[in-house]
Amino acid sequence: MKLNRRIFMGTGIAAAATLAAPMVHADGHAKPRVVVVGGGAGGATAARYIAKDSKGAIDVVLIEPSRMYYTCFFSNLYLGGIKTIDDLGHSYGTIAAEGVNVVHDWAVGVDRDAKTVALAGGGSVPYDKLILSPGIDFVEGAVAGWDLSSQNAMPHAYKGGSQTELLKAQLAAMPQGGTFAMVAPPNPYRCPPGPYERVSMVAHFLKANNPTAKIIVADPKPKFSKMALFQEGWADHYEGMIDWIGEDFGGGDVVVDPNAMTLSIDGEVTKVDVCNVIPAMKAGRIAELAGVTDGNWAPVNAADMSSKADADIYVLGDSSQQGDMPKSGFSANSQAKVCANAVRGALTGSKVFPAKFSNTCWSLIDTDNGVKVGATYEATDEKISKVDGFISATGESAELRKATYEESEGWYAGITADMFG
Amino acid sequence: MKFLVQISLAVAVTFAAGAALSSELGDVDNGKVVFKKCKSCHAVGEGAKNKVGPQLNGIFGRAAGSLDDAKYSKSMTRAGDDGLIWTQEILDAFIENPKALVSKTRMSFRGIKDADDRADLLAFLRIYSDNPADIPEAEPTAIGTDHDLDPAILAIQGDPEYGEYLGSECITCHQTNGTNDGIPGITGWPTEDFVVAMHAYKQKLRPHPVMQMMAGRLSDEEIAALAAYFKDLE
Ligand SMILES: Cc1cc2nc3c(=O)[nH]c(=O)nc-3n(C[C@H](O)[C@H](O)[C@H](O)COP(=O)(O)OP(=O)(O)OC[C@H]3O[C@@H](n4cnc5c(N)ncnc54)[C@H](O)[C@@H]3O)c2cc1C
Ligand code: HEC
Ligand code: HEC
Repeated sequence: MKLNRRIFMGTGIAAAATLAAPMVHADGHAKPRVVVVGGGAGGATAARYIAKDSKGAIDVVLIEPSRMYYTCFFSNLYLGGIKTIDDLGHSYGTIAAEGVNVVHDWAVGVDRDAKTVALAGGGSVPYDKLILSPGIDFVEGAVAGWDLSSQNAMPHAYKGGSQTELLKAQLAAMPQGGTFAMVAPPNPYRCPPGPYERVSMVAHFLKANNPTAKIIVADPKPKFSKMALFQEGWADHYEGMIDWIGEDFGGGDVVVDPNAMTLSIDGEVTKVDVCNVIPAMKAGRIAELAGVTDGNWAPVNAADMSSKADADIYVLGDSSQQGDMPKSGFSANSQAKVCANAVRGALTGSKVFPAKFSNTCWSLIDTDNGVKVGATYEATDEKISKVDGFISATGESAELRKATYEESEGWYAGITADMFG
Repeated sequence: MKFLVQISLAVAVTFAAGAALSSELGDVDNGKVVFKKCKSCHAVGEGAKNKVGPQLNGIFGRAAGSLDDAKYSKSMTRAGDDGLIWTQEILDAFIENPKALVSKTRMSFRGIKDADDRADLLAFLRIYSDNPADIPEAEPTAIGTDHDLDPAILAIQGDPEYGEYLGSECITCHQTNGTNDGIPGITGWPTEDFVVAMHAYKQKLRPHPVMQMMAGRLSDEEIAALAAYFKDLE
């Protein structure tokens, strides 16, 4: 996917015009404005749906620093050599052409009384409704010895793009018979099966390129998402390569040294060649700056994803604390549609339909060997509550696993088309 | 070998017990007459070969689309990969309306609406696959619950605006441009095909955990609304 310069110049001009003349439409009529912070699974979907469905009746501004969004979903398949980095990149060109004012900048503050969002590049954007979908940040001090300045030596690769490329380069440069270590995160975190799909894809890569290499996983949890499925897959496909050290064996007692490239688990120090540190997570920082977080996450009302702290702010995706849904791209996309419908209703009086949510997360264990887990959810007064769910079974036929993988390809094409047009 | 013995035994038992079985499982003689509707495409019995459609010996308990030397549609193969097994109940639903179970099936046959004729036909086909021990309670020959769709359900006029909202949840997987890669396209379908397919997932006649779950929580009106919306996407 190539960046289209012409469209981006168009985007820039549109953004400047919007900032110069907030709230007043060219023909003199005031138009309500929605500002969306973060152009990922939640934000891009919400911006696009509100612009598309309101047919010009709402002014939509999307604030996102990057010109290309690199999905975290399928980034493990890139590590495994099944996808290229270009497969993961998506531009905002179509969203802009469809009428969303895309402003490539960071939101650095929210003034809830004045109802404005401050930009790093200067100036501020007024809003009637503000939607925050900034993804995740890391909890400081979560892994002893690691902070953000260590992310080049020990990448997290838990935000898309350059971090993922860095981890891939380190994986490819591992000496024969070397050691790849992962420090897995505590709950709750984005994409519950993500670290374990990553272990599978790293093993897939190593099996072909570095078959005597080893993988160590230090995990603060006693069990994890799709555990039986992954463990079956690891035993069948990567026998003897993966050493998963759970909470019971001291997997939560970890110290890293990014200079010496060592990992200590339960006091035992190991020299490693690659160390993928995935620290504990919290809401993207702008949610905290807006004052809508309580602890690490931003509590929301299930019916419309509005913040419990401010009725004119909505929080989507990973940053939100909504109840039973896992933090996933699928969930963020699902929440965005419920939110878009509610925001449009609030601003234009259009019909608001009852909230319905769903999620499915696929993981790839080896070539053509996909598994999935999913559920549907409804809004209750208290939270987003699970209705029904399913999970792949151990011992499924190769045909079914292949069909499941092909479904995930279909889903990737579907959700990215839904987000970016 | 063991299998063949069982078949002939079943034949014997069925014919010996003729009248009694007829009342419970359907009338084999009439079933043989009804099978004329299938005969142009399917063979059954000793030495049956695949014709336009696959041969039907041992069809009870067989996975959909599983004969190596038969020609199947992509939809039928997918249904089999998902775990569709031809049980009494599933066969009954398929013969009633093939598209309800397998939307893009190659079998161009409108279905048999008369429930008694279907029961008779299945009683006849069972002769060529029954294991007597299964008669009549256990899978694959257990008589299923009634799955007929009330014609009133097919008559509901869906609200396309509600369908568009509900459909936003579907297009995370099913693209609006109708592509078939990995996940089948669902745009531009005749309303009835769409409605019967969704109800077949809802009733768990069609396999597939995602779709059973998605359809499971939709009301009859919501299914009609979705059908109305997706019909008009090109
Ligand atoms: C390895 C891995 C595998 C995954 N696999 C899957 C999968 O298979 N399926 C699935 O459904 N999910 C998967 N996920 C999870 C998925 O990526 C996230 O849950 C999803 O992206 C969350 O959407 P979001 O909108 O909350 O945040 P994001 O998609 O991360 O978007 C946040 C955006 O906000 C921007 N932003 C942040 N702060 C600011 C600010 N101050 N101002 C302006 N912009 C800002 C960022 O640049 C970013 O573009 C995976 C994640 C990982 C790490
Ligand atoms: C016009 C030809 C035609 C007629 C008539 C027809 N079928 Fe079929 N049938 C097919 C074809 C072709 C297939 C393969 C369908 C596919 O792959 O989608 C098939 C498939 C089937 C299957 C699935 C077999 C398998 O191996 O999975 C069954 C069961 C079946 N038909 C039963 C019947 C019965 C019973 C009748 C009569 C009531 C009937 N068919 C009438 C052509 C026909
Ligand atoms: C998580 C992904 C996902 C979502 C969400 C989803 N589907 Fe599906 N759907 C599938 C898959 C995969 C299949 C193929 C299933 C099979 O093999 O039987 C399918 C099959 C179908 C079929 C039958 C297609 C055929 O050719 O047989 C219909 C109709 C359908 N879906 C409608 C819907 C509707 C309506 C919604 C929204 C309410 C929806 N789906 C939501 C994944 C999804």
